[in-house]
Amino acid sequence: MPREGVLVQSPYKRLSTEQVRQIHDASVQLLRDPGLMCYNRRAAEIFHSNGAEVSSITPSDSPCWHVRIPEKMVSQALESAPKTVKLGARNKDNTLILNGDEPRVFFVSGSETNIWLDVDIETYAKKSDPGTEILVPEFRPRRGTLMDLCDSAHVCEHLETLDAYIRTVNIQDKDITPDNKDVNKFFASLNNTTKHFMAGLTTLSQLDNVVNMAKLIVGGEQELKDNPIISFITCLVKSPLQFVDDTTETLIEICLRGLPTVVSSSPQAGSTAPMKEDGIMAQINAEVLAGITLSQLVNPGTPVIYGSVPVRARLDTLGDSYGAPETSQFNVDCVQLARFYRLPCYATSGVCDAKTPGMQCSVERLFSDILVTLSGPQYLHCAYGLLDGNSTFCLLQAVLDDAHFEMLKFFLRPPRIDQSEIEKTLKQIREVVATPQKLYIRYIRPMMRSGQLSAPYPFEGDGERDAAILLAYNRMKELLQKPVEHLDEATTARIFNEIPGILPRLNVYA
Amino acid sequence: MSEDIIALIKENVIQGRKTADDEGIDDTLSGTPGVEELTRSALEQNIPPDRLITQGLTAGMQVVGEKFSTKEYFIPDMLAAADAVGAAMDILKPYLETSNVETKGKFAIATVKGDIHDIGKNIVAILLKGAGYEVTDLGVDVSTEKIVQYVKEQEPDYLGLSALLTTTMVVMGEVIEALKSNSLRDKVKVLIGGAAVSEQYAEEIGADAYCIDGFHAIQVLDSFQGAKT
Repeated sequence: MPREGVLVQSPYKRLSTEQVRQIHDASVQLLRDPGLMCYNRRAAEIFHSNGAEVSSITPSDSPCWHVRIPEKMVSQALESAPKTVKLGARNKDNTLILNGDEPRVFFVSGSETNIWLDVDIETYAKKSDPGTEILVPEFRPRRGTLMDLCDSAHVCEHLETLDAYIRTVNIQDKDITPDNKDVNKFFASLNNTTKHFMAGLTTLSQLDNVVNMAKLIVGGEQELKDNPIISFITCLVKSPLQFVDDTTETLIEICLRGLPTVVSSSPQAGSTAPMKEDGIMAQINAEVLAGITLSQLVNPGTPVIYGSVPVRARLDTLGDSYGAPETSQFNVDCVQLARFYRLPCYATSGVCDAKTPGMQCSVERLFSDILVTLSGPQYLHCAYGLLDGNSTFCLLQAVLDDAHFEMLKFFLRPPRIDQSEIEKTLKQIREVVATPQKLYIRYIRPMMRSGQLSAPYPFEGDGERDAAILLAYNRMKELLQKPVEHLDEATTARIFNEIPGILPRLNVYA
Repeated sequence: MSEDIIALIKENVIQGRKTADDEGIDDTLSGTPGVEELTRSALEQNIPPDRLITQGLTAGMQVVGEKFSTKEYFIPDMLAAADAVGAAMDILKPYLETSNVETKGKFAIATVKGDIHDIGKNIVAILLKGAGYEVTDLGVDVSTEKIVQYVKEQEPDYLGLSALLTTTMVVMGEVIEALKSNSLRDKVKVLIGGAAVSEQYAEEIGADAYCIDGFHAIQVLDSFQGAKT
């Protein structure tokens, strides 16, 4: 049985049907005029051989082509792209079925951050009364490591609301090189979670090593097709409207292997896209459509996910402002556009501007998590543990986020209202009104025991002081102590034997 | 046989099943007699009421209290158990008068004049009854004169006064003053509770205790019991 995720009964719509159509038309116009700058020769050739207007741009520092994509080519790509994408998992109960026609949301971690935020709980004494002590969380940023990635996958395996794992931290150990980064990233993650694993690829030369690793885990090529335990994120279009060379090449190779991939774009409103909503929407949609069109020209029917990471610029630094309400507006719009094309959607929420767990972080995260979830994206990159834009990951925050999503999932349960329930409730009301106490409390009990009532916030303190961070810290420690189902010894041995570059310290059987 | 029925009473208290219609915590006892039916059966079998109370009702409530303190049980479970015990105590009352079993004392409770809020008062009444106190609920919007009259005639050991509103909490002080002027103040311990009041306010008006909720009320009354012995 695949994971259930949460079905949004009546998805929130920000755009009218007419506005969706207007954005689509504007995107189609952009694909023709001005079209895209394409820095990848192969992609230019593919577009050209399929009838797109392609011309070489000279002079240029690097080879570059001007690609104008006709509407018909986009329509055919949208026809051939699968409406349902299966994301497999080591444990098949963790399989995800993303259906472009069904607003069933799966919650996912990510993105890849450079900084790992350690948490320590320190004791401070009150100056005026040294006998009075308080516990204070202290946060220490440092560069992420391979073992951090293992810990992150380990804890994410145990976070109940988290449906799939996108790598959370960039591994920057001294012995990690561009040539061994991907195999270590994939092995560390796959060895510590039985959930679906998605990541971007650092070096195209490692694609086959990574794919072969997945084949060894599931038992072969066909098994991997049937149960794609890995998938990829490719951000092949640099905004505005430029196919970059290396990621475009990566997309082509992934599509040739028929593995699922997110075709994503991440324009920033105000700098690399217009600040106005219609402008950034027309542009990001054109960029994603261009990528999807290329994927289907390479391999018709290859599974792709409509990926959107639009964000608004901060005006003080021109950095990304994920906490801004506009960022959530853009993401909701993208979910509607993907639904218009009946494609599964990878949307973004939960990324915040706050640098540490706390009040700002909770406000920003919940704001976007709730709104974007309600719009019903199939694959919500809701950034468990992500802080400070895309730059910091904090495991404790991921634990806090799990509690938020538990509440959100509960909220989205369908209402239990029907004639038979109403009859029962009317009987209950009549019974209570006839008693001297007139209290309904005793009728709560069957609801309590059958899981119909939400659980209390798990990180509520006993006293008046907020204890959420301290309690989540304890929970994080507990989860790290829980065992995970590593790959078995024989498979591990084969992987170490056949896949070059995996560091020995990742072998739990050595 | 008597051991069996007493054990069943205890188990039904733990499950909070007043009657056979109650579902309890799980469905293991579904459709079987609850505390009310079992208490009547036990009396028909001439099982001494004091054994029913100590080994069945009180022992069951003790388990419920433990489960509540470890957060296995919640207030609805506690109330259901207390309600079942209270119903059994109503059945046992005539038998207790002829036996050597003593109740923990007489407790009267009222929401004061001008205030009709009664959720907290009702919960306190159920819990105290379940804890073994003989409880009389005087109702809501009860005049000071009626409360004083009741204390004079029925001589309760404890008087609970409830108010939700800042406009009606002052009536609590008036009740205490009226008890004093009728020479009744030293005959009854006065406890106050409700959203508007506090420990500090209890001290200001000369009440004997402030109870933050029903469970605290049990602790406070039990502490008075301890002081008596």
